[in-house]
Amino acid sequence: MSNIKNMDDTKEVKTSYTIPIGPIHPALKEPIRLDLSVDGEEIIDVDVVVGQVHRGMEWLGMNRNNPIQTIYLAERICGICSVSHPFALVMAVEQAAGIEVPPRAEYIRVIIAEMERIHSHLLWAGVAAHEIGFDSVFYLVWKVREEIMDAMEYLAGNRNSKAMFQFGGVRRDITEEQFPRVRKSLDYYLSIFDQLGNIFLKDKTINMRTRNVGILKKEDALRLTIVGPTARASGVSKDARQGHAYSAYADMDIKAITPDVITGKVVGDVYDRIVVRLLEIKQSIEIIDKCLKEMPSGAIISEPKVAKLLAVLKKAEGEGIGVHEAPRGECFHYVRMEAGMDPLACWKVRAPTYANLMAIPTMLKGEQIADVPIAFASIDPCMSCTNRAITVKQPRKGTECLLDLHELSLEKTRRLEAEFDR
Amino acid sequence: MGLNSFKRALWVYHLNSGSCNGCDIEILAALTPRYDIERFGIMLVGSPRHADVLLATGPVARQMASRIKRIYAQVPDPKVVIAVGSCGAEGGVFYESYSLVGPLDQFIPVDIYVPGCPPRPEAITEAVIKAWVKLEKA
Ligand code: SF4
Repeated sequence: MSNIKNMDDTKEVKTSYTIPIGPIHPALKEPIRLDLSVDGEEIIDVDVVVGQVHRGMEWLGMNRNNPIQTIYLAERICGICSVSHPFALVMAVEQAAGIEVPPRAEYIRVIIAEMERIHSHLLWAGVAAHEIGFDSVFYLVWKVREEIMDAMEYLAGNRNSKAMFQFGGVRRDITEEQFPRVRKSLDYYLSIFDQLGNIFLKDKTINMRTRNVGILKKEDALRLTIVGPTARASGVSKDARQGHAYSAYADMDIKAITPDVITGKVVGDVYDRIVVRLLEIKQSIEIIDKCLKEMPSGAIISEPKVAKLLAVLKKAEGEGIGVHEAPRGECFHYVRMEAGMDPLACWKVRAPTYANLMAIPTMLKGEQIADVPIAFASIDPCMSCTNRAITVKQPRKGTECLLDLHELSLEKTRRLEAEFDR
Repeated sequence: MGLNSFKRALWVYHLNSGSCNGCDIEILAALTPRYDIERFGIMLVGSPRHADVLLATGPVARQMASRIKRIYAQVPDPKVVIAVGSCGAEGGVFYESYSLVGPLDQFIPVDIYVPGCPPRPEAITEAVIKAWVKLEKA
């Protein structure tokens, strides 16, 4: 309206336009909608609309015949994190039902989880290269990624859905005879690591397109409760493997990786996110190597008979949480079990992208439209993980939604404190 | 097979209707150097209007239903639709969900089904080749 009214004026009037991107768009790998308000080339506001691929995961998980079937559902929350979700779920149920896990199983879980991190970070590196139009690097990285896919197939029998997890252990052993094959993969990655580092950290094109793009400051990362590599790239040194030290990670002495390790400073841009993910590939290699060296012998599952396990699960009563550092950040599962009830009484998942999406408006404001694909991809968004909840009344801004909730939560803390003091 | 072999390069559009990503990354794997179906001229394109083949994954979430129909209509004839993955074919593990309206063939005619959760890149390659045969005969 405003520009029509001013048409006959000689004064120039600036109006902003809204550009919808998605839900289906070549720059997006999965359905999501970004509404960008732009002024010329500059982005002045962003609205993130999710929910296009909601599948009702938690409802499904609470309506399966028994919790064991829910593991295979958790595996399919996301095909890329097909270890992270079952990992967090089994830990939550084990806590609720008081099931012990033999030490050898813990090591096997960690090995397979770290292999997944390698594959996921490589996959991301390829997609990121593709987003800035550097397709030769995309192809190179995906070629390199096949090595770890082969190793996972060798260990688990499948490239993607690995079905390794069971309550109280794992379903498949990793035997001494299999170690050399795994080591071969690790050696391969070590041998090409410098080459990958050269490409991603020294190449001029990648530098130009990623340095100072999509900046997320440390304060913002903390305020928005960002997790995973996105948070670490902004200088927040948090990692569930370090902070919670669950499973065999307790023996691994893991330190959260921030980009200043090699660049000497933290900018919090896309480049820093590349640095963090690259270093994490190396960290994963070291963890797997350590696991192979120190793997204890013994059983791989505390209750191999499924019927008995089901009986234990049916009797279980209580709540549990499972936290796992997925490749994209902290993945959180909550379960409640009731005695006499076959399926889970309650199952709630918080996937890392759910938290990280909140960073998108902050990262994109002030950037150019051309930077949207790479800045958006830099948080490694995973829509299939995120779209489990539907907001009935869609608030206009993603950030406000979280901030409101956050405000509410702070208020409650204050209120409780006040009550406690009295 | 009576192919006038490689008469045309097949262009493929990938459509995600609510999949878990498992199939989607296998589609990408099929395109990248290990399996490399690009050597036959099979290429992923950014717009359905340029495509011959629609590679659809996922069990059709409610919000995606109308979009799928629109995208199908945008693909010029002759066209082939491939449903990749068990959940594209019959809902897979999500079959009973309240927020699904699928499977895919309720909305658009599917020519080729690729079972598997997820199918291997070889299986996806084979499906695309079958699509090719079908298009050559069209
Ligand atoms: S068929 Fe399986 S792997 Fe493929 S999208 Fe569906 S659930 Fe995921």
